[in-house]
Amino acid sequence: MAHSTDTIAPEHTTAHEHDDHHDHHIPSGIKRWLYTTNHKDIGTLYLWFAFIMFLIGGAMAMVIRLELFQPGLQIVDPNFFNQMTTVHGLIMVFGAVMPAFTGLANWLVPMMIGAPDMALPRMNNWSFWILPGAFLILLSSLFMEGGGPSFGWTFYAPLSTTYSGDSTALFVFSVHIMGASSIMGAINVIVTIFNMRAPGMTWMKMPLFVWTWLITAFLLIAVMPVLAGAVTMVLTDKFFGTSFFNAAGGGDPVMFQHIFWFFGHPEVYIMILPAFGIISQIVPTFARKKLFGYASMVYATASIALLSFVVWAHHMFTTGMPVAAEMFFMFATMLISVPTGVKVFNWVATMWRGSMTFEVPMLFAVAFIVLFTIGGLSGLMLAITPVDFQYHDTYFVVAHFHYVLVTGAIFSIMAAVYYWLPKWTGKMFDVTLAKWHFWCSLISVNVLFFPMHFVGLAGMPRRIPDYALQFADFNKWISLGGFAFGLSQLIFLALLIKACRKQGEPVSSQVWEGAEGLEWEIPSPAPYHTFETPPVVK
Amino acid sequence: MQQPYEKYYVPAQSPWPIVGAVALFLIALGAGNFVVEATQGKEGYGGYVLLAGIVTLLVMLFGWFKNQIDESMSGLYSAQLGRSYRQGMSWFIFSEVMFFFAFFGALFYARMISVPWLGGSMNNEMTNVVLWPGFEAIWPLVKTPDGTTTQQMGPAGLPTINTIILLVSSVTLHYAHVGLEKGKRKQLTWLLGVTILLGCAFLVLQVEEYIHAYKELDLTLQSGIYGNTFFMLTGFHGMHVTLGTIILMVMFLRVLKGHFTPDDHFAFQAGSWYWHFVDVVWVMLFIFVYVL
Repeated sequence: MAHSTDTIAPEHTTAHEHDDHHDHHIPSGIKRWLYTTNHKDIGTLYLWFAFIMFLIGGAMAMVIRLELFQPGLQIVDPNFFNQMTTVHGLIMVFGAVMPAFTGLANWLVPMMIGAPDMALPRMNNWSFWILPGAFLILLSSLFMEGGGPSFGWTFYAPLSTTYSGDSTALFVFSVHIMGASSIMGAINVIVTIFNMRAPGMTWMKMPLFVWTWLITAFLLIAVMPVLAGAVTMVLTDKFFGTSFFNAAGGGDPVMFQHIFWFFGHPEVYIMILPAFGIISQIVPTFARKKLFGYASMVYATASIALLSFVVWAHHMFTTGMPVAAEMFFMFATMLISVPTGVKVFNWVATMWRGSMTFEVPMLFAVAFIVLFTIGGLSGLMLAITPVDFQYHDTYFVVAHFHYVLVTGAIFSIMAAVYYWLPKWTGKMFDVTLAKWHFWCSLISVNVLFFPMHFVGLAGMPRRIPDYALQFADFNKWISLGGFAFGLSQLIFLALLIKACRKQGEPVSSQVWEGAEGLEWEIPSPAPYHTFETPPVVK
Repeated sequence: MQQPYEKYYVPAQSPWPIVGAVALFLIALGAGNFVVEATQGKEGYGGYVLLAGIVTLLVMLFGWFKNQIDESMSGLYSAQLGRSYRQGMSWFIFSEVMFFFAFFGALFYARMISVPWLGGSMNNEMTNVVLWPGFEAIWPLVKTPDGTTTQQMGPAGLPTINTIILLVSSVTLHYAHVGLEKGKRKQLTWLLGVTILLGCAFLVLQVEEYIHAYKELDLTLQSGIYGNTFFMLTGFHGMHVTLGTIILMVMFLRVLKGHFTPDDHFAFQAGSWYWHFVDVVWVMLFIFVYVL
C-alpha cells in the first residue's frame, strides 16, 4: 500500500541526534553553496534558480502581451517580438519548470526513501552549477548584433538553419549544457531510487512522487541526447555546410521536426509526470484518505511514459505525412487519454467522501485537477488529425499547452512549495499572503488563457506580433489577465522571502494533519543530514 | 540492503564541480563564438575562450579524478557507493546510445524517406518533376538533388580492417578484465596494453580513411546527406574511441602503479563497459553506413 511507512524503528528515525563522532558542522558563507554536496542545499539552489528564471521568462511574456494588447505594431520591433516568444519558451521549459522539478526531487526523494543524500552528491553539484552559465549565455545572446534566437523554442529548420543569426551557435552550445545538466540530474535521481532506498522501502511502497520522478528520469536520459543530436545537426547545417534539413542535399526540413519531436513529446511528459506525483501526495493528505488506486497510478504513469515515444508526429499533422502515419499518430495519441483519465479519476475518487480541508497546497492541487483536465481535453481535440488542420499553429494550441504547463506543471510546483515549505524552514508560511497568491493567480490565469481558445478557433495565428481587428477585444482581456497573473507572482516572491527569513509560527514534524510518509516523521526544519543510518520501513 | 545497518557514506564537499562548471561555461561561450568566427572569417576571441575552457576542464578532470582515486585507495568508499557508480555509468552509456540513435535516425530517415520522396516515390512525383527534375533516388546518394557529386566509401579495405581491429580489441580487453578478476596481473597488463595499441591503430587508420575520402573520393562533410551522415556518425564514433583510448591509458598507468583488486575495480570496469559500447556502435556503423 501507498503509505504503510508510518512505523519506523524508533532508534533509527533520527539517529544523528545520538551520533556525536560524525561531523555536524554546516559550512557557511559562499563556499557552502559553491562546493555543496548536500541534497537540501542543491535543492534550494535549483528552486531559487527556477524561480528567478520564472520571473525573467515571465517578464518576456509581459513584453509579448504588451505588444498584443492592441492590434498593430506599437511597442517592439517584430524581430524582437520573435526573440521574446523564443526565449520565453526556452527559459520556461529548460530554466523554470525542469529545474524546479529537479529541485523538488533533490529535496524530497532522499527524505521520502530514507536515504542520506542523493547517490552521487558531487555530480549533483555539477549538474546544478552548469545551469546558470548556460542561461547567462542564452540571455546575453539577446544583446548580440543581430539579436538572440528568434526561431521559436522549437527551432524548426530552415528558420534556425537558413534564416537565423549568428547567435544560433551560442544557442546550440547553451542547449547542450542544459541537456548535460538534465541528464546528470536524471542519472542521479534514478541511481538514488534504485540504490539508496531504506530497508523495507519496496517498489510498491514508494511514494508516488518518487515513482513519477523515477519514470521522468528515465525519459530524460532517453530523450535529452536526441535533443543534443538535433541541435548539433542545426549547428552543422548552419555553419559547416551539411544538409540534414535541406532538400537540395538529400535531407528534409521535416526530418528536423521528426527528430525534435521525438525528443519534444517525451519532454512534455517530463514536465507533467512529477506534477502528477505531487498531486498524488497532496490530495490524500487533505482528504485524510489513502490514495485511491495506488498501483493503477504507478502503471498509468509507466504507460504514459511508454506511449510518449510513439506519438511525436501529432505535432506535425500538417507537414504532409502519409495518411496511414497520421492515423497511427492520431490513435496512439488518443490512447494516452486512458491512463491520464485513470489518474484524474483516482484523484477525484481519493477526495470522494474524504474529510476534506482546503489549506493552500490543497487549493492549488484542486485547481490543478480541474484546469489540467481542461488542458487535457483541448489536447484530445488537437489529437484529431482533421480538426488539427484547423487548429494547427493558432492560439488554440497556445491555450492548450499553457493550461497544461501553467495551471498544470507550475501550479503543481507551487502546490509542492506550499506543501513542503514548512518542512524545509520549520515555520508556517504567511497563509494570508498565500491565499491572496492563490486566488489572484487562479482568476487571472483563466482570464489570461481561457479566451485564447476562442481567438484560436477563430483563426488567430500564434507567434505573430499583430492580428486582425476582430481579435482586439479578446486580446485586450488576455493581456490584462497576463499582467495580473504576472503581478500575482510578486506576492509569491514576497512570501518566499519571508519564509526564507524564517518568519512565522514553528510547525510540528507532521506539519499537516493527515500527512504520511518518511519526510513527515523527521523534525521540522529537516536536519541538514537526514538519515545517517538507514531507517527501517515496515 | 544486504547490510541493513551499514552507515551511509556521504562524500565531503568538493571544489571540483564548480571548476567544471566554469570550464563548461567557457567552452560553450568560446565554441559559440569560435564557430561563427572560423566559418565567417571574423575577428574575435572565441578560440582563446574555448582553449581556456578546455584547459580548465582538463585541470578539473585531473583534480577530480585524483581526489576520487585517493579517496578510493584509502578505503573510504562503501559497497553501496560502488553500486551507485556502476549504475550511474550504465545510465550514462544508455544516454550515449540515444545520442547515436539520433544520428542513425537521420540516416534511416534519409535513406528510407527523404531521398526516395525527392526521387518521386509514393505521391511525390511532382516534387521530382517540378522541383528536382532528373534527380535519381539511389543510395549511397552520390549525386544530390542540387548536383553535388561524390563517390561511395565501400566496406572493403580500411573499414573491414578497422572492424577486425575493434572486435579483437574488445576480446583482448575482456580477457584483460578476466585477468584482473583472477588476480593474473601479467595477463591484465599486457592485454590492456594490446587493447590500447589496437585503439590507436584504429584511430590512425580512421584518419587515413578520411584523407582517402577527401583526397580521392571527393567525399566530404559537404557532399549532401550521404557525406553528412557518414562523417557525423564515424566522426562522433571516432571521438568516442579517442576518449575510450585515453580512459584505457589512464587505467594502464593505474594498473602499473598496482591499483585495482580482483573485486574492487569500478574505474576499470566502467572503462571496459565504455569500450564495449563503442565497439557495438562501430558494428552498427559498419553494417548500416558501409555495407548496406
